[in-house]
Amino acid sequence: MAAIEVRELCREYKVFRKREGLMASVRGLFHREHTIVSAVRNVNFSIDEGEMVAFLGPNGAGKTTTLKLLSGLVVPSSGTATVLGHVPWKREDAYRRRFSLVTGQKEQLWWDLPAQESFRLHKEIYRIPAEDYTRRIDELTDLLEVRRLMAQPVRELSLGERMRMELIAALLHRPDVLFLDEPTIGLDVVSQRRVQEFLRHYQREQRITVILTSHYMKDVEALCERAIVINKGTVIHDGPLAAIIDRFSRHKIIELQFSDNGCPEGLERYGRIVETRPPRVRIQVEKQRVSECLATILSQHSVDDISVVERPLEDVIAELFSTDDASRAAT
Amino acid sequence: MTVATESFGEELRARLRLKWLILRTAIEERLVYRADFAFSTLVRFLPIVTQIFLWSAIFQNDSARTMKGYNFGQMVSYYLLVMMARAFSSMPGLSTGIASSIADGSVRKYLIQPVDMLDHLFWHRVAHKLVYYVIAAGPFALVFWMCRAHLPGWPAWPVTAAFVASLLMSFAIGFLIEALIGLIAFWFLEVSSLIFIYMMLSYFLSGHMIPLELLSQWIPFVDYLPFRYLAYAPAAIMLGKIPQEQLPMELFVQAVWIVVLFILNRVAFQRGVQRYSSFGG
Repeated sequence: MAAIEVRELCREYKVFRKREGLMASVRGLFHREHTIVSAVRNVNFSIDEGEMVAFLGPNGAGKTTTLKLLSGLVVPSSGTATVLGHVPWKREDAYRRRFSLVTGQKEQLWWDLPAQESFRLHKEIYRIPAEDYTRRIDELTDLLEVRRLMAQPVRELSLGERMRMELIAALLHRPDVLFLDEPTIGLDVVSQRRVQEFLRHYQREQRITVILTSHYMKDVEALCERAIVINKGTVIHDGPLAAIIDRFSRHKIIELQFSDNGCPEGLERYGRIVETRPPRVRIQVEKQRVSECLATILSQHSVDDISVVERPLEDVIAELFSTDDASRAAT
Repeated sequence: MTVATESFGEELRARLRLKWLILRTAIEERLVYRADFAFSTLVRFLPIVTQIFLWSAIFQNDSARTMKGYNFGQMVSYYLLVMMARAFSSMPGLSTGIASSIADGSVRKYLIQPVDMLDHLFWHRVAHKLVYYVIAAGPFALVFWMCRAHLPGWPAWPVTAAFVASLLMSFAIGFLIEALIGLIAFWFLEVSSLIFIYMMLSYFLSGHMIPLELLSQWIPFVDYLPFRYLAYAPAAIMLGKIPQEQLPMELFVQAVWIVVLFILNRVAFQRGVQRYSSFGG
């Protein structure tokens, strides 16, 4: 059954333009020019209960706006969305007790008090029965390894520790849907991994529905099988994460190890040399030229080892978003 | 899920428990900064000293001299009582807090969680005040003791009861006015100058600076504004400036203002959130 259903969702913003110069500012007092910017355009998708889906896209692609729409912070210009059968922007308490939004801004905890005080308040806000509360606190603090920090004021915690506390606050009422907006932003590698491992474990255990946005592809690869790629407010891919490489990468990598301890000259004609560490070379070759290049290389050089690999997801995504014609490439 | 259909009684109990917990948590938060809080409380007693000196110069210690019905002793009493009223009605940081939470987006916590922002802030404020009274009780007692020669005797109990009721309502009015001003940030992101203007106006119009009798010839409508309940009304009641038979009406009007301001707050919050969510969230 679909937990989240989004149909033809659109969200436009009026952006006021300010021209340069004093005269323009004075004119602006009487007449303000504006342009309409589409943050989200005709977005459609449906997410099943218990699915964990990544939202990918460059800054300003519409990921956060979509999450804001789904958490009821923003009203759409047109289109519909239901989450667990509720229309999010009606902001009914019945819905608000069933989801959580975690952002990198970390704003749920009382700064000057130990996290346990904020948790206790959440217990009342979300009306969590006492025995459930105790059990969940035990479970979550164990999983996230923060039990000893429960009595320490939040302002004294490190960024990573604070993020883990935020996660506890967001999960205490056992939401059925969880929106994670850049949950590991600014964290060091160890904390990032810990949060990642926790999320994977928790999601599998509880079978909650999760949407995750992250610029950190390691998060995405570790956690999600399905990805929705948004660019300029439009969905350009919705399917298995692995299919992104297939679909959007126009290159593959040929890894070569030559027999003699050097590298032959003139390898640039096959493609871009990604790495040279004689006798090893990695060349990025256009997809349709791979077999042709392989044949030529094998016929002209003596090669010990050869393999063709996909480019890392991170590179493909970066390339996809840096080209202006990303949406054209998708069609 | 934990919540399904709850009876009215359970619903009420859950709501009261939440209010109590907000109150408790906010008290704990206040106590973190007790030293700073105690210091700022003491500093607030300094202006009263200068006020007393000022009025003693104006009256030139002539006990027979009166000004719109106030002699020197009554003027001193008026300031002490106004100081008390302000201890209930002043809301330092409430407007700016609301405005900045709208500007920086942290207001969305109240939109995402099943919690009412105004209710939350109200109990937060009650906590601030309770901690404040505990800290300020000593200094208050000291100042009243030092000025005891000027204070009139204890009035009849209905007057005292009206005074207490008026004080409590002045807390609600202070909260509602400042919250309303903070909510304006939903429409105009920068409200600090507006808050400044409000502070100046309320200093005059509440009777904080001088008793409203001295002002009413210049501003005839001053008695019809809600600001008089922030300082003047409780003090005037206690000093017997309002005839006893008019006290019920006085309190009734004050209560009406609370209802009006409450409705305005609700409407402003609802409209503001609507606007917020159609302008970007």
